[in-house]
Amino acid sequence: MNVRINAEEIIRSIEAAQMKSDLPEIRVGDQVRVGVRIQEGGKERVQAFEGTVIAMRHSGINRTITVRKVFQGIGVERVFLIHSPRIESIQVLRRGKVRRAKLFYLRDQVGKATRIKAKAESPDS
Amino acid sequence: MTQIFSPEGLAIPVTVVQAGPCTVTQIKTQATDGYNAIQLGYLPTTEKHLTRAQRGHLSKAGVTELLRHLREFRVDQPEAYQLGQKITVEMFSPGQLVDVAGTSIGRGFAGYQKRHHFGRGPMSHGSKNHRRPGSIGAGTTPGRVFPGMRMAGRLGGGRVTTRKLQVVQVDPERDLLVIKGCVPGVEGGLLEITPAKQVGNKR
Repeated sequence: MNVRINAEEIIRSIEAAQMKSDLPEIRVGDQVRVGVRIQEGGKERVQAFEGTVIAMRHSGINRTITVRKVFQGIGVERVFLIHSPRIESIQVLRRGKVRRAKLFYLRDQVGKATRIKAKAESPDS
Repeated sequence: MTQIFSPEGLAIPVTVVQAGPCTVTQIKTQATDGYNAIQLGYLPTTEKHLTRAQRGHLSKAGVTELLRHLREFRVDQPEAYQLGQKITVEMFSPGQLVDVAGTSIGRGFAGYQKRHHFGRGPMSHGSKNHRRPGSIGAGTTPGRVFPGMRMAGRLGGGRVTTRKLQVVQVDPERDLLVIKGCVPGVEGGLLEITPAKQVGNKR
């Protein structure tokens, strides 16, 4: 049935209308700063969350990144739906050199062991 | 299914439905059939997929296309429709509630847990009761199993109506409806989409 063959294409076109085109290329291991729109008592402001991308999931409009940072000795992870209008901006601060697609091993490490070597190339922002 | 963002930035799960265009192929009225309804045809196809009787039915209605699926919908005023009239997604608007009916995914012969959401027995400690039903009734009195006892059997593959789903987007150019949530049946399945039926005496 031709209805079935077109389905993929149609869904992509509906997603494409809402996808952001200005996102930088984000990879696992990168140090990023994410600007999140939050609502506080009727006022809206942008809050920054800075950390390491330890995982990327899904594709297209559903793409998410998991950003981890250690704050006051406690590991904090947030998952961001990167095409969401609530994400104001994403900046890549430093490229990391990693050999894995998921950096969940960082959760079990502390201090110096959590450092990720910078990649030789300069971040293209 | 996919997800899109609302103006507030919330991600809404949606299903994209190819809806129509449908052609009115028959009008049933109180006088001729005892009730008021219109019959809609959908999906142009080739001659080999229709029987001679089906082709005859379409040509009698003055419909030149060969339509594969015919479905009947009850209406209050059949006079408002003409044979051959196109019904498109323009009858729906974003925010409107609709009822979506279709054939649910067939699951074959399914056990107690899948079909009736029974609990499971212990998996270990010598238990041999993993997915069994437990007791199905008393003993010598009544000496039989009562009718209606929930047991394993065919699941799915029947008509299911999901009520009060919200229309998120309407695309008249490509005849698409974007509906919040999921709809019954497999991908590419035939659906009947109607404005949500008001139940009760709320006006």
